[in-house]
Order: sequence, then C-alpha cells, then structure tokens
Amino acid sequence: MAPRGQQAVEIADDVHWIGALDPNLRTFDLILKTANGTTYNAYAVRGAKGVAVIDTVKEEFSGDFFTRLEQVARYEEITAVVLNHLEPDHTGAVPELMRRAPQAHIYVSQRGLKLLSALLKDELEKYVYTLTDTGDVCDLGDRRLTFVNTPYLHWPDTQCTFLEDRRLLFSGDVFGCHFCDERLYNDLVGDFRFSYEYYFKHIMRPFKRYVLEAVDKIEPLDPLLIAPAHGPILRDNPLDYVRSYRKLSNSYLPNEVEGKEKSLLVFYMSAYGATADMARSVYEGAGEVEGVRVSLYDLQGGEIEPFVDLIEGADGLVFGSPTINGDAVKPVWDVLASLISIETRGKLGGAFGSYGWSGEAVPMIEDRLRGLKMRVPEKGPRVKFHPTEGELVVCRAYGRALAESLAGKTRPKEIDLADL
Amino acid sequence: MAKGKLTFTDIGVTVNVPAGTRVIEVSEKVGAGIIYGCREGDCGTCLMRVESGMEFLSEPTALEDKVLKENMAGKDMRLACQAQVLGEGEVKLRPA
Repeated sequence: MAPRGQQAVEIADDVHWIGALDPNLRTFDLILKTANGTTYNAYAVRGAKGVAVIDTVKEEFSGDFFTRLEQVARYEEITAVVLNHLEPDHTGAVPELMRRAPQAHIYVSQRGLKLLSALLKDELEKYVYTLTDTGDVCDLGDRRLTFVNTPYLHWPDTQCTFLEDRRLLFSGDVFGCHFCDERLYNDLVGDFRFSYEYYFKHIMRPFKRYVLEAVDKIEPLDPLLIAPAHGPILRDNPLDYVRSYRKLSNSYLPNEVEGKEKSLLVFYMSAYGATADMARSVYEGAGEVEGVRVSLYDLQGGEIEPFVDLIEGADGLVFGSPTINGDAVKPVWDVLASLISIETRGKLGGAFGSYGWSGEAVPMIEDRLRGLKMRVPEKGPRVKFHPTEGELVVCRAYGRALAESLAGKTRPKEIDLADL
Repeated sequence: MAKGKLTFTDIGVTVNVPAGTRVIEVSEKVGAGIIYGCREGDCGTCLMRVESGMEFLSEPTALEDKVLKENMAGKDMRLACQAQVLGEGEVKLRPA
C-alpha cells in the first residue's frame, strides 16, 4: 500500500516504513542527478520488549518522519535506535529523536562512533550506545535484529541490520537508489533499473572489493525483503538485486591482461610533439619489462568515460602533459577529476612532460596522483622544449623503472633522505 | 644528529633519516604503498604495520592512541603521519 498523505506503511508484521518522500530533488550531494527525486527510508520494528527505529531522514523532512513514527509507536516505547549509516540524509532527525526518546539505546558500528559523536556533540554523553559488529544482536523480546558489518558500502561506518523472523534486511545505502515513487515496492514503482545502476556506478563502484565481501555475507541470509535507505523496497526477487551487485562489481571491461601480468597505461597530450616523443620513449622503456602490458593513449583522441573504465582495470597510470600557463592541460585534469567513481588506491602513478618556462605540470600531476592514494615511486622527467636523444634515454629509463616497480622487480636500495 | 633507518619492505627501499623525521615525510617520496587521508592523525587511513624496530619510533600520542583503538589496530600498527623516528635503529614498515 502506498503512503497516502503522511501515513506509515506496514511492510511486514509490525514493521513500518516511516520515511519521507522527496520527489522534487534533482541533484543529490552535488554529484548525483536524479530525474525522480529520492526517498529517505526509515523503519520501525515492534517487538515484545519495545520498538526499534532504523535510520531516520534528512533534517528538513523530520516532520514527515515524526508524523509517521507517532502513528506506530509512542516515544517511551522506543528501546533502540539503529543507525546503519551516519550520513546526514539518514541522521537528520536523530538529535531530535534522541531528545524525544532519551531512553533509547543507540546501535552503531565501531567505525560509526566518531560520526555519532560529531552528530550529537555534547548530547552524546546523555545516551547509551553500543558499538556493533557482525553477529551482534539487538533483542526486542520475541524478535531479534542482527547486525552485519559492511564497511565501505559506501563509508567506513556502513552496516546492514537483519530482522531474523521475517528475513528482512535493512540494508542502508546498499541496494538503494535515488528514485521517488510513493508506491514504494519494486514490483509497483516505475522502471528504476537505470537509477539503480546509476547509483551503484556513482556510489558503490569505488568499493567493489568491499561490495563482494558484503555480498558474501548477505547472500546466505537469503532475505525475503530488502529495505534500503533510498528508493524502492525490494520484495519481488530481492536476491536478484544482491546478485546484480556481484555482477556490477566485476570489471566493466573484460580483462585482457592475464593474472600474472600488470597493466600500465601511458596517457599524454602534446602541443608541439615534444611530450608525445617523451610518451613514446616512456612507453617503449616500460615495454622492455617482462610481465607488464603497456598501452599508449593520446588524450586528444578519446573520451573520458572509456578512459575511466580502462583506468579502473589498470595497475599503473602515467600522464604526460605540457605545462601551459603554469599548469597541466585541462584534458589531463578532466581525467584526473573523473576518477572519483573508481578505486585508485594503491595503483602506481607517474607524470612527465615538456615545458617552455617553469614546468609545474609534472609535480602537480604527481601530487594529484598521491591525493588519489596512488604510489608515485619515481620522480617524473621534465624536458625544456623538444627532448634531445639523451633526454629520451632518460624517459625510456623512467618508463622501465615504473614498469619494474609495478612488476615488483625493483632491486633493494639504500638512500639518504637528502637525496630524495 | 642521531640517524635512523626506515625500510619500506613493500618496495625494498631503505632511507637514512635524521631523528625526528615522520614516516609521512619519507614514504611518499620513495613511492611506498602507505597511503594518506587527512595527514593529521584523525582519519586512520595511513595505518602501517611495523615489522620490526617499534622501539625506534616515538610513543603514540593520546590522539594517535585514540585513532588506533577506533580502527582496532593491532599492537604492531601505527599511523604513518604521526610516528617519528627516534634514531639509532632500523624500523621496518609496510602498509597495513
């Protein structure tokens, strides 16, 4: 049944949806588009020993949340407040909820404590809280909530909560999407396939390895109902959505590089051909190292999205850019600014380039790569104007050194800090 | 000035450093795999495992101790943005 006006909706025995609809939202968190608004899903679970509230809503929708909550529980009945994820769109009503139900016990993951403290400030000391891990339980008397720790889906604090007797998984942002339809259920709402995949691609994609770990924990629970914190409640073939997360966590491109090989991508832009010459030498040098598959791309000849897909599956990235007006060129920055949706942590990075006056592009790119949590093992070569044969030899050696580092073939060495 | 050695075992590089040097000042320059977030001892991103030579690193501050506990870090783990080399010994490190 759809939420008529501001009605709470019973989604299972003594389990109610008490969230809020936000049909007019078009941009979420500055980075996500939505053509259908979103929902902030919160739930109330009644047991013999009390009521658990699972997540809340964005602060400006607190009125809708409290109106629905008051239809299904009195504040003094609330014994537990479960916070699956501490972002403001789910915790906006928490401070007021705790003022109204100060006896409630807060359940939050271990990594969530820091955020809970930031949310409630000095008020936190007035309340009782428990830090949860996988397998921990919130006892409601005749029914139990079990916690499933799912870190990095999509923040360090994220967890899911499982209502055992109904096999109902309150999944937080996992399996959610920005899609607002008051009919609530996946078999009743409009076609939200695009929104579901779009959400995964922008929110969960950087954390694919954690997604796979979480799916391994969730599949054996065999949930009959998945109640996420955004978008439709999944009651029709819920396991299909779990499986889709597994599928979406595979690489977007079939992996052409064998497991024992490493993949190194060399990107460049060149105004007068100087950086292009350097790129070719870096590429050739790297190609001399066995076990490393090297690719060379002129950024002028491609579009960002396919490059991002390539980068996601690569082990190392090198960017060649001239310095123009004291900066790397925009197409390089465009790629480097588009890597938010993939995991770059731990990849190898490097930069090189030709310049006319000051040559800042190379260290600026190297800093950005470090900011993306990549390791930058070699200081990249910079060449004034066109490279000489000797300078191309340096570029070749640089490419070889990067590839050796990628392949784990670097010989142990001892140096002084002053030499770095 | 006393000097110590920092060995990043994931890349096989040893750096001779003066006492007082923080690991963060060295690891990025040599391209070791330790990664950083806030760089000021709050987020826990730069957790590293000390394989040997813990006694040649400064004691954790109250702030670092708190973050280590929050991240359920083992006894052999430290934050690379906080730990300083005391000198006169070799510390072997790798990403956690």
